[in-house]
Amino acid sequence: MSHSDKEITYDSKVEGGVVTSRLDSIINWVRSNSIWPMPMGLACCGIELMAVGASRFDISRFGAEVMRFSPRQSDCMIVAGTVTYKMASAVRRIYDQMAEPKWVIAMGACASTGGMYRSYATMQGVDRILPVDVYVSGCPPRPEALLDALIKLQKKIGTERSAKQLVSA
Amino acid sequence: MDGNFLSKLLDSNDYLTQRDSADHPAVNCPIERWLECATELKDNHGFDLLVDATCIDWFNESPRFSAVYHLFSTTSHQYLRVVVAIPDDENPSVPSVTSLWAAADWHEREAYDMFGVRFENHPDLRRILMWDSYPWHPLRKEFPLAGHDTELPDEEVRKETGTPVIPAPMAGGPFAASKHAGIMSKNEPRGADESWSEEKEKPN
Amino acid sequence: MATKELSMGDVVSRSAEYEQEMDTEKMTLNMGPSHPSTHGVLRLVLELDGEVVTKCDPELGYLHRGDEKIAENMTYNQFVPYTDRLDYLSPLANNVAFALAVEKLAGLEVPARCQAIRVLICEMARISAHLLGLGAYAMDTGALTVFMYTFTEREKLYTLFEKLTGARLTTSFTRVGGVARDLPEAWLEEVLHFIAQFLPVVDEVDALLTRNRIFVDRTKDVGVISGEDAISYGLTGPNLRASGVPLDLRKDRPYSGYEQYDFDVPIGTVGDCYDRYLIRMEEIRQSARIIQQVVETIPEGLYYAEDAKKIFPPSKEKVMSSMEELIQSFMITTQGPQMPAGEVYFEAENPKGALGFFIHSKGGGVPYRLKIRGPSFCNLSILPKVCVGAMLSDVVAILGSLDFVMGECDR
Repeated sequence: MSHSDKEITYDSKVEGGVVTSRLDSIINWVRSNSIWPMPMGLACCGIELMAVGASRFDISRFGAEVMRFSPRQSDCMIVAGTVTYKMASAVRRIYDQMAEPKWVIAMGACASTGGMYRSYATMQGVDRILPVDVYVSGCPPRPEALLDALIKLQKKIGTERSAKQLVSA
Repeated sequence: MDGNFLSKLLDSNDYLTQRDSADHPAVNCPIERWLECATELKDNHGFDLLVDATCIDWFNESPRFSAVYHLFSTTSHQYLRVVVAIPDDENPSVPSVTSLWAAADWHEREAYDMFGVRFENHPDLRRILMWDSYPWHPLRKEFPLAGHDTELPDEEVRKETGTPVIPAPMAGGPFAASKHAGIMSKNEPRGADESWSEEKEKPN
Repeated sequence: MATKELSMGDVVSRSAEYEQEMDTEKMTLNMGPSHPSTHGVLRLVLELDGEVVTKCDPELGYLHRGDEKIAENMTYNQFVPYTDRLDYLSPLANNVAFALAVEKLAGLEVPARCQAIRVLICEMARISAHLLGLGAYAMDTGALTVFMYTFTEREKLYTLFEKLTGARLTTSFTRVGGVARDLPEAWLEEVLHFIAQFLPVVDEVDALLTRNRIFVDRTKDVGVISGEDAISYGLTGPNLRASGVPLDLRKDRPYSGYEQYDFDVPIGTVGDCYDRYLIRMEEIRQSARIIQQVVETIPEGLYYAEDAKKIFPPSKEKVMSSMEELIQSFMITTQGPQMPAGEVYFEAENPKGALGFFIHSKGGGVPYRLKIRGPSFCNLSILPKVCVGAMLSDVVAILGSLDFVMGECDR
């Protein structure tokens, strides 16, 4: 819960644990702190993604430790590794199967731009088939970089007009 | 031991010729004797492990393709390289050795995928690394590293995303900026792609 | 109400009737390319009869990035970073294998200190690769704790790698004709310290798994590969040795001075998933043994081959003062080290098996053809044979025990 923006506030004068807030910030607060990633571990970055999930870097500090290999249960696809043209169809299919709202982190140079693999088989950036929210540089990025991307994504989710989208949906 | 073994092998099989090599013993084998040679090597010389099988494209030469086999003996720990020149440049094909070494199955499929060399009597000769409908053989010398335009393998995804397979941006070669470089950031291949950015809406 | 007792004969005849009535057909199940147990992007198309696999068709190429084509377009040292990403669990060992192949082509011998450094980093890479393999394998068979244990140790190894090379994973440490830089100060003591605290952790993992009833039940007598099959399918590394074939290139065709070190090669008896696990466990201990010996005996000297004049650019002072050296420096920088024409094939005993490089050079700075023989590619080729007759849940155990990496499989 962020204290600085005073969007979610507890007023001690009003008894009974009442919290006043905007609906948007409540929804966004809930969403951003329980991101369930879909670990799309394609190549080397997948190893660093595993390291983020393991003991030293511990992604659960950010509420995102629930790695779900089923797209139906996850909100954020972390594309970790080289997306080849052959794999692109599978990546897109899995993205399509994820329930809204959903976000995408392109982890590493390959997923962001094709990286060092300028060749006939490699898709030059996963953003050609998916809308990407956060790009992470590095080959592979350090685990801290991925955590940073996660925090950035949380901030981005915080600015979304969630209530309106829910009503219109 | 290496030289000794090779001269014995050459003496007993007169169709084999010695091949230049910087390390292991290497022989050239004519294509019509290849199966016979492989059987002999496996049964009588103990080359029970096929470690690698691949091709080389000589491009402007004829014969254009050669099949290269690396054999290893788990008993004498000896390597042997056998090179089979493939006479047909248009429809290259070579007898398959899958019946001798099961390992040859995938190696030959890979060579077929990458070079378009057919392996006769292979039980299941289809592409292994690229998708089935891919129209080229990427390791042939005339095929550019960047690749050619084609379609994504999955029709549904193709329609949904409208994304084709396009040549990778090279700008003069991997990691090399073009000679007539202007501003580096503009010259960087991805810099030219403005399909969506902070200003433009991202496509759905 | 009259009851009729069923005799055994009735039941049998009835079930026979049912079988005639029931139309059974085989089910095709798609596993991967995004499946937690396929360790990357392998895809298996399984044909199932109930829960028993009747046909298994692996589909590769989801990580085919065109490494071999890329290699034909760049100089030898430029290709070193690409070797990192073959078996991305042991980049240090891949770098060494590639450098040794090119050095063989160039006819170079590296000094004893360089060789010792290479052996050291290869064995550290082996430990790190096997730790991940074990952790993931245990996770596949239902023991999550081991994964946390092994990853804690891997992080310590990564810290050491980072001190040595500057990177955690993609190290690119070896150059043709040497290594990138000498060992940092007091690094060797840290390695020894790591090994000392690491060996008890191995025992702990051992205690968690080796006699764990669930783990043993899921792996023992599952996915048995006979020695003949293993050789015929071209298996190498721990998977081959688990099937009882004593082939270890470090012993049988020693390179980089492996013959100086005293270590045992564990050999399996049955060739099942459990044996493959045991082999990796023991190899970790043997690698630790080698590392301790290297640290004790590491010679002083240069970490690169001094006579490799055609490979390293000359020193800055010489370039500034002599015309000939200036030209040489320019040529090496722009066109890459010039290699003689010839063919070489070199295999190194990597954590996953024999990683081979076949180089055909026509002279000049780039290889005419570079073929990478990924051990995982060959190790996986036995899947269609070994999976048939196994239960569906066994397939997960088999995949975990084969311990493959798609990076070097698809290249």
